[in-house]
Amino acid sequence: MAYVAVKGGEKAIDAAHRLLAKERRGDPAVPELSLDQISQQLSLSVDRVMTEGSIYDRELAALAIKQARGDLVEAIFLLRAYRATLPRLAESKPIETNRMRARRRISAIFKDVPGGQVLGGTFDYTHRLLDFTLAAPSVFPDAEIAEPSDTMPPHVLAILGDEGLIQPERRDENLQNPPDLTREPLEFPAARATRLQNLARGDEGFLLSLGYSTQRGYGRNHPFAGEIRIGEVEVVIEPEELGFPVVIGEITVTECETVNQFSGSKSEPAQFTRGYGLTFGEAERKAMAMALVDRALRATELGEDVSAPAQDEEFVLYHSDNVEASGFVQHLKLPHYVDFQSELNIVRKIRGDEQVADEALAEGILA
Amino acid sequence: MPDGLSDPSHTARQEWMALLAQASREEMEEAWRLMLPNPPYAILRKAETGLAMVRGRAGGTGNPFNLGEMTMTRCAVRLEAEPRVVGLSYIAGRDPRRAELAALFDALLQTPQLSADVKRTLLTPIRRRLDETRRVRAAESAATRVDFFTLVREQGVE
Repeated sequence: MAYVAVKGGEKAIDAAHRLLAKERRGDPAVPELSLDQISQQLSLSVDRVMTEGSIYDRELAALAIKQARGDLVEAIFLLRAYRATLPRLAESKPIETNRMRARRRISAIFKDVPGGQVLGGTFDYTHRLLDFTLAAPSVFPDAEIAEPSDTMPPHVLAILGDEGLIQPERRDENLQNPPDLTREPLEFPAARATRLQNLARGDEGFLLSLGYSTQRGYGRNHPFAGEIRIGEVEVVIEPEELGFPVVIGEITVTECETVNQFSGSKSEPAQFTRGYGLTFGEAERKAMAMALVDRALRATELGEDVSAPAQDEEFVLYHSDNVEASGFVQHLKLPHYVDFQSELNIVRKIRGDEQVADEALAEGILA
Repeated sequence: MPDGLSDPSHTARQEWMALLAQASREEMEEAWRLMLPNPPYAILRKAETGLAMVRGRAGGTGNPFNLGEMTMTRCAVRLEAEPRVVGLSYIAGRDPRRAELAALFDALLQTPQLSADVKRTLLTPIRRRLDETRRVRAAESAATRVDFFTLVREQGVE
C-alpha cells in the first residue's frame, strides 16, 4: 500500500525544530563553533561530506556539518539538497592526477619508486593511544622540513604498464561526455564511468564493508595498493565564449590505484588488472574501498564468475547512496497510521475467520 | 606557476586568469584601492554562482567519468573608457564580489595602459603567496619521505 499523508501537528513540529536549534547550540556558556574551526580542525569530516555530498566547497560542507550537529550523513543530505538550487555552468576537463602536487604518495608494491615514498601527515604508524594532552589547548610542534624533489613523481602503475604487465586503461579520445547520474537514471549493465561516479558519491561505510568482503573471500581478487596519493590538482574548464581552457581553481583529491590478480585468457597473456578510487579531499579509506569495489564490479568484463555481493552491480549501485538509503529506511518512522490500520484489519479478519471456523469445528457443525 | 600553464600553447591571458581564480577577495580589493582613480566599468553579466562538474579519468589515465561537482562563479564586465575591453572570470567558490573583481582585472590586464600596474600590484603578490604555500607544503612533505627495508630471509631457510 502506498504511503498516505497525514495533516496537522504544525505547532508541535515547529516546537520540535526550535528545540533542535537549542540542542544544536548546546550549553551557551561553551563558545560556539565557527565554520572556519570546523573546516580547519574537523577537516576530514568536511572532506567526507564534500565527497559524498558531491560538491567541493569547504565552507558549505562545514555549514552542513554544523547544522546537522555533526551527523555526517545528515550533512551529506543537506549538501545534496542545496545542489538542486544551483545551475550547472560547466564540465571540467578530466583532472590530471599525474600532475598532482602530491603531499602524500605511497606504494605497497615497490620499495624504491621514482619520487620516493612520502608519508605526509598520516594516522598510519601511530599507536592509536588517546593523547590526553589534546584535552587542553595544545601546543603543536613545528613540522620538519627537507629539500623536496623537483620532479613530479610518475604513476607507479605506469612502471608495470611500460612492461605490458598490467591491463592498460581504455582511452577513447572521441568520448567527450561520460554518463552523468545527476541527470540520467541508473541503467544496467552500467558503464564503468557510471559505476565510478556512483562509487565516488557512495557511502564510505557501505563501500568499506563490501571491499572488506572481497578480501575475506566473497569475490576474491587479491589486491595490492599499487599507489595512494593525496594532493592538489587544478580544475580546468573551457567556456564556449572564451574559446580556450582556463584554470578555475585548485582542489585536493585522494587517489588509490590497486593492482589485482592477473587474469589470462586464450587471447590475452597473464597480466595484472586495476581497480580505481578517487575522492575529494583527504579520504584514503574511502578511496581504497572504492578501488576494491571498482575492481570487483569489473568481474563480467574480465570473464570472472559473478558470485559475490561486491561483484553484483545492481546490488552495489542501487544501495551505495546513503541519501537514498537513509531516506527510505527513515521514512518508516513517519506516521503510517492508515497503512497499519489496513494491515491490522486484515490480521483481525484472518484470525476472526479462523476463530469462527474453530468454534464451528468445536460445535461439530462442520464435522 | 599552475600546472596547466606549463603547456607551451597557453597564452598570457590563461596564466593571469588562473592566478586571478586563486586570488583572495582581500588581495583584489587591495589592488583595486591602490588603482586611483578607479577606471569606470559596467557589468555585462552579473556574477552568477553555479556548479562545475569535475571529471576524473578511470585509472588516472583512461576514459573520463564524473567525480562530483564544485561551486564556481562567473562574471563579465566591460571597461567604460577606451579601450572598452571585456573582462571575464570563472572562479571556484561562491563569492560574487571576487568574481566581479577577477573579471575587472582580466579586463584591465588586457589594456596596454594598466596591465603593468596590475601585474605589479596584484599578480606578483598572488604568485609569491602561492609559491610560498607550495614551497612550505613540499618541504614539510619531503621530511616524511621514508625508506623501507625489506627483511630478507637468511639463506638456507625455506
